[in-house]
Amino acid sequence: MSAHRVAGRGRIDADAPLNFSFDGRAFQGRRGDTIASALLANGVRVMGRSFKYHRPRGPWGAWVDDPNAIMNVALNGVELPNCPATTTYLEEGMAARSVNAFPSARFDLKGGLDLFHRWLGAGFYYKTFMWPDWHLFEPMIRRMAGLGAVSDAVLEGYVADQLHDRCEVLVVGGGAAGLVAARSAAEAGQDVCLVEDHAECGGGVWQRAEIEGTAPADWVAAQVAAIVAAGGRVLTRATAFGVFDHRMVGIVENRAFGQAPRLRRMRAGRIVLASGALDRPVTFANNDRPGVMSVDGAGEMLARYGVLVGRRIAVVANNSAARAVLPALVQAGAEVVEVDPAAGPIRVLGAKRIRGLDQGGRRVEADTVLASGGLTPLVHLWRHAGGKLDWCDARQAFIPGRAPEGMVAVGAAAGAFDLESALEEARGVARGGAVEASVSHYHLTPLWPAPGAKGRQWIDFQHDVTLKDVELAARENYVSVEHLKRYTTLGMASDQGKTANMAGLAAMAAIQGRPIPEVGTTTFRPPFVPIPIETYHGAHRGQLWHPLKRLALEEAHRAAGAALGEYGGWLRPGWYGQGDVAQIIAEEVRMARGTAGIFDASPLGKIEVMGPDAEAFVDFVYYNTIRTLKPGHIRYGFLLSEGGAVMDDGVIARVDQDRFVISCSSSHVDGVRTHLEAWRQDGNDPDRIFIHDTTQHWATVTMTGPKAREIVGALGLEVDLSAEAFPHMRLREVVWQGGPLRIARVSFTGDVSFELSIRASRAEELWQALIAAGAPLGAGPLGLEALSIMRAEKGYLIIGKDTDGETMPHDLGFGIPRQKKTVAFIGDRSLHNAKANSTARKQLVGLRVAEGAVMLPTGAHVVEAGTQRSLGYVTSSYDSPTLDRPIALALIEDGVAQMGREVTIWHLGETRRATICGPCAFDPEGERLHA
Amino acid sequence: MQIFPCPFCGPRDEREFHFAGELGKTRPDTRDGVSDADWARYLHEQRNEKGHVREVWMHMPCSELFVLERDSVSMAVIGSSPLRGAAE
Ligand SMILES: [Zn+2]
Repeated sequence: MSAHRVAGRGRIDADAPLNFSFDGRAFQGRRGDTIASALLANGVRVMGRSFKYHRPRGPWGAWVDDPNAIMNVALNGVELPNCPATTTYLEEGMAARSVNAFPSARFDLKGGLDLFHRWLGAGFYYKTFMWPDWHLFEPMIRRMAGLGAVSDAVLEGYVADQLHDRCEVLVVGGGAAGLVAARSAAEAGQDVCLVEDHAECGGGVWQRAEIEGTAPADWVAAQVAAIVAAGGRVLTRATAFGVFDHRMVGIVENRAFGQAPRLRRMRAGRIVLASGALDRPVTFANNDRPGVMSVDGAGEMLARYGVLVGRRIAVVANNSAARAVLPALVQAGAEVVEVDPAAGPIRVLGAKRIRGLDQGGRRVEADTVLASGGLTPLVHLWRHAGGKLDWCDARQAFIPGRAPEGMVAVGAAAGAFDLESALEEARGVARGGAVEASVSHYHLTPLWPAPGAKGRQWIDFQHDVTLKDVELAARENYVSVEHLKRYTTLGMASDQGKTANMAGLAAMAAIQGRPIPEVGTTTFRPPFVPIPIETYHGAHRGQLWHPLKRLALEEAHRAAGAALGEYGGWLRPGWYGQGDVAQIIAEEVRMARGTAGIFDASPLGKIEVMGPDAEAFVDFVYYNTIRTLKPGHIRYGFLLSEGGAVMDDGVIARVDQDRFVISCSSSHVDGVRTHLEAWRQDGNDPDRIFIHDTTQHWATVTMTGPKAREIVGALGLEVDLSAEAFPHMRLREVVWQGGPLRIARVSFTGDVSFELSIRASRAEELWQALIAAGAPLGAGPLGLEALSIMRAEKGYLIIGKDTDGETMPHDLGFGIPRQKKTVAFIGDRSLHNAKANSTARKQLVGLRVAEGAVMLPTGAHVVEAGTQRSLGYVTSSYDSPTLDRPIALALIEDGVAQMGREVTIWHLGETRRATICGPCAFDPEGERLHA
Repeated sequence: MQIFPCPFCGPRDEREFHFAGELGKTRPDTRDGVSDADWARYLHEQRNEKGHVREVWMHMPCSELFVLERDSVSMAVIGSSPLRGAAE
């Protein structure tokens, strides 16, 4: 075993052993370990198989910069996929499984794929599996690629808390620069919040022997204590994963394994980015072998977890920061050999177990290879916020350039790789000073991928993208880095370019002979680290996601045995009683047609329009002429969009000269109110019109049927209900039991109906009175399903069901205002363009099937003979209990001119015949309505 | 998530607002022979400017339309004012 634990080192608790398993084998780690550090401490290096070639892989980095060790982890019955082993803290009893590998990472039956790598280059899947259809191959490829397995078990209580928070200064990163910046700002009296993604602050400080003359542990503790003492907050295991508009920072706070993380939406006055820098890989042959790690990763493994990653270590590095890590490795007992990358092409020897390096025939024995191609500042959040990047030749890196508003970068994130100068700058910046990043002692020799180099040189470990793939993409003209990324998948998924990006774009630059800054970077997008979708979801489910509107009469409906369901955002009775639902609904129809039904119509819109300009206003917003409507009268009409499409239908009542009540459809009230408000304020004098939505203030109970008049009469109202005195489409306001009652004679059933509206708090009294009066006559409650059938029997339409987004009023048989209305109204001009005038418009008609045939399916298409072109479709279809035969409504091209024609109906491969007829199937003369 | 200042209610989360249109679009007088092209321009053409824009938004909780000036690139909010008196 090459890697091992070094006694007395690291931040782990040596006295707290934790048992866990990996691919079925039992291991022991320590509290404070990550899964990766615990496995390395046990000498396990192969932690996964690569995505495409199934190459054995071990960790490259020690934290978020590891693209390789991704696992399925189970604990206490909860199994989560896609857990990065380097950032998942070990817990007692964890069972980790490698993904992309079967049956285990060490023995992979598909490892043979690697032998065929020549045919699996960039774009291979695109090119090979296109014919006849990618979807035929996709399941097989996905299974082979293995994206981890999602457990079928429902995660009880796996709900992310979501918090809204604010602070004056948000410091991202609890390394040395972040700590001193946060402390300075807090001590200057600012409200500071510092977020650190590890379990404890310190960052690179732990790798040092001392800092400012103090032991790292004492120094870190002192900074944290000072921040807290000054009123600041320190959040650990918290990752700022994205910067969104107006300095809202998404922070994901990890909790114990199996608990959903917490999302904190932090609105920061100022953001200090102290996110540090990453070691970047060096591109040489077989640089993906397990045991090739970043120099910084090895330093972190030792400093944080007491794990020495190898006994005989070959180092391929080009910079001073990497060299500074090596003494600690030597002190811990490793033998370290530096290999100069400039001295010739390097090749790693050995497969699952590294045997050493070969450089131009010279062999260096080693069990481990550490590489460092230089430091890359972590600028993801800087770019999310719109900050610019500058290319720095001295550092061979992109560093923060022009800052986004309210953001500043400090420490290694700003390119200040030297601790002393970083601390000084961070202190100054936190107090509002300017940032002056200096290169000072950091120096490196440029080291980038060499096109044409021999062997398989990995650019992106996570997606198996090699230097040859980049060369192939360049040959096929995918030279823009954004195209390169999509063609090769370089820098995608959880890596998000952390390790792959620089090598990829440097390779492209070298291939084309262009400078790196000219090639540029791909777009940085949140999230910076993979986070569960649940984090965004949180408690937004069920009623908290989509709250239902509730009826004042809900309890009465429940008591009457109502089956409540959602209809247009309201919880409403579909029908009453239990048993054969179709039978129950049919019975309700027969009851209402025979005697009367009592229907809760409360969700119907009741939007009042008042004021001296109210008449002109409703005349403008309505398709129909409203100004001729007399007080106490009601008219049916349409609201159109400016495009001429029917937006809503309903009745409008004129209560008196300057007061109207718009009764729009139940599910459109909010939209109609907003529509009216917008037109009131824009283009009208808002002081002369007032709009007030009273929908929820009034409950409406509709009595409909031949016995409706008799039942309403039992209320003893002081109003003559006779057809002569109170005809259809009239409004009366009366007093009932000391309160106002509004009675409208409108009908959605085709039978005599009285809509009784009363203050919502008194709905129950009215309901019970009508039920009591109706019961002896055989009348009872009527659900929405029965009403839907009754209105279809009459050919009455439901907007959005029997119309679509292109339906205009003349398609529905209401053509007169289009021809005759003289004043301007919304949508008027659109009713006269070429499309509106076309004879091929879909018009509302009825469809009748042959005697004994079953009803047509809703949504079935009316098709042209021969071509099978759709001429329209069935919008509503029911078995009519009243007529004892199927009825249907449909939108059909030029349908009105084709009354009596037989058409072909197509649905899911089956063909039917039907005859076009008028939409109204019941009482076309309207005798019942006016009875 | 942006913060928009409603002139009546103060700074509020963007989810409380609906975009109503670009400022300065006037409805043609439809009783006065509007051509198909002019009507289509009114219905469909947007300036969709890059940078400083003046737009009409509605704050849904108070239902007031107002003029929002902002930068469509940086998302910076420059200011807001009631729609009244903003005729242009
Ligand atoms: Zn407001």
